[in-house]
Amino acid sequence: MPSPTLEAGDSLFAPRTSTTPVRRRRVAARLRARAGALIPWLLPILLLAAWQLLTQSGLVSTRILPTLSAVAKAGFKLALSGELFEHMGISFARALAGLVVGGVIGFALGLANGLSQASARLLDSSLQMIRNVPHLALIPLVILWFGIDESAKLFLVALGVFFPIYQNTYHGVRTVDPGLIEMGRVYGLGRRELFWQVILPGALPSILVGLRYALGFMWLTLIVAETISASSGIGYLTMNAREFLQTDVVVLGILIYALLGKLADMATAVLERRCLAWHPAFQAPVAA
Amino acid sequence: MSRPGTVVSFPGHYPEMVPAPRSGEGVEIRIQGLGKSFGDKQVLSDLDLRIRPGEFVAVVGHSGCGKSTLLRLIAGLERPSAGGIAIDGAPVAGQVAAARIMFQDARLLPWRRVAQNVGIGKRGDWRAAAVAALGQVGLAERADEWPAVLSGGQRQRVALARALISHPRLLLLDEPLGSLDALTRLEMQQLLEEVWREQGFTAVLVTHDVGEAVALADRIILLDGGRASLVQAVDHPRPRRRGDAALAEIEGRILARLMQRGQPLL
Repeated sequence: MPSPTLEAGDSLFAPRTSTTPVRRRRVAARLRARAGALIPWLLPILLLAAWQLLTQSGLVSTRILPTLSAVAKAGFKLALSGELFEHMGISFARALAGLVVGGVIGFALGLANGLSQASARLLDSSLQMIRNVPHLALIPLVILWFGIDESAKLFLVALGVFFPIYQNTYHGVRTVDPGLIEMGRVYGLGRRELFWQVILPGALPSILVGLRYALGFMWLTLIVAETISASSGIGYLTMNAREFLQTDVVVLGILIYALLGKLADMATAVLERRCLAWHPAFQAPVAA
Repeated sequence: MSRPGTVVSFPGHYPEMVPAPRSGEGVEIRIQGLGKSFGDKQVLSDLDLRIRPGEFVAVVGHSGCGKSTLLRLIAGLERPSAGGIAIDGAPVAGQVAAARIMFQDARLLPWRRVAQNVGIGKRGDWRAAAVAALGQVGLAERADEWPAVLSGGQRQRVALARALISHPRLLLLDEPLGSLDALTRLEMQQLLEEVWREQGFTAVLVTHDVGEAVALADRIILLDGGRASLVQAVDHPRPRRRGDAALAEIEGRILARLMQRGQPLL
């Protein structure tokens, strides 16, 4: 009978294998060590393989879900005609524009409220009120205001991106270690130096968390905005395909969103590694 | 009980080999009728104290006796509620430029390399001076590391280098060794004494550790009820040997006085 401590050790290192034989666990550990870099891809690849098998064998009707190869073919065709990259480019530009506009405003207000008590008292409670309105609920109003052209999508994406960046910048600035600020003052830092050398770097981890959330909201908002009202972009591509029952193109659009999201996430991870190199959490495992 | 200013303990006797502190570099501190209260809690009341240029003074007392507040008042980080402090004859109003503080925690900026931390607030070509200051505390070769990889004792040494780089005329020490292990603490005490004797600044050390106060200070002030209830000169040659009978006797006397209050320590 295993002792309680052994069980605790098991659950620490291999939570799901406490019932498998020791030998298999060892093999798994060796595999993990050797193919550590591939592990994040294991699940997506397995899913894709299962998808192809299920649809090809007819277990799942291709009217519900087209085969992976059909989706790949559709993607290839759209890529050849240049249509795919055109729509991707348009979606990407929209996302980026919304991110920049919403992000800059959110960052600026977060800094202002974090640094100035007066500004926070004036603005924060109002912003928190607006934050609690789901921004997608504004779509009807936004269409009334802006019609269905670019400004409507820019507005929605900017709004979706604004709050996570604002919230985390504000929080980050407010929670900078007051001991460090006092130290900076005693050691002769002026207001400007204090901001650049102590407050901003201290708030950066939180700001980057905000950016990560913002990127999620950015895609989410864009997808919804593009599906509801657009004449270009990935969202339009999928909605258009739906009308012609081109399930393969619809699925392709969804996969492209997943890839774009992953790309954005990787970009923030790189940013984090570069900006937070000092942070113990980013030091040991990642060889620069 | 002796009054501050009546104890003649400085410059003391020094062995031939070691140069005496260069007097004239440290500041003189005069504290008169100093009081400080937070809300209706009186922390310090009617405190008089004179600290000579280059003197090493230790302040001991129970937690919450106002030791750290006294230090912050001297640094100009707090405003007195009554009385005042003069440094070299000039009343303290706002932060004292000649002073540097070592805090209980090292307070290094984790996002700056060790050398950048030492050179904080310096303009021009600070790098050489930073490495030199790190050399003084024996960490020159760690100049380009992140603070996160240093041990607690090393971080405090970096903090000491950061204080020394600007050649302060007053070093205020707010229990800087409190969180170190016993051996590291002894090493740091030695280091502190060395740089103090080299540079001749005035030092005010706040500590819980009476042994530390006896090892380092020219004079020990026991704060109790917001006043200096005991001023003890330690007129002993340096470097002081641990376990010396005369020092132990002084330590015993101060401890007895601390315990006398009839309240538990802490």
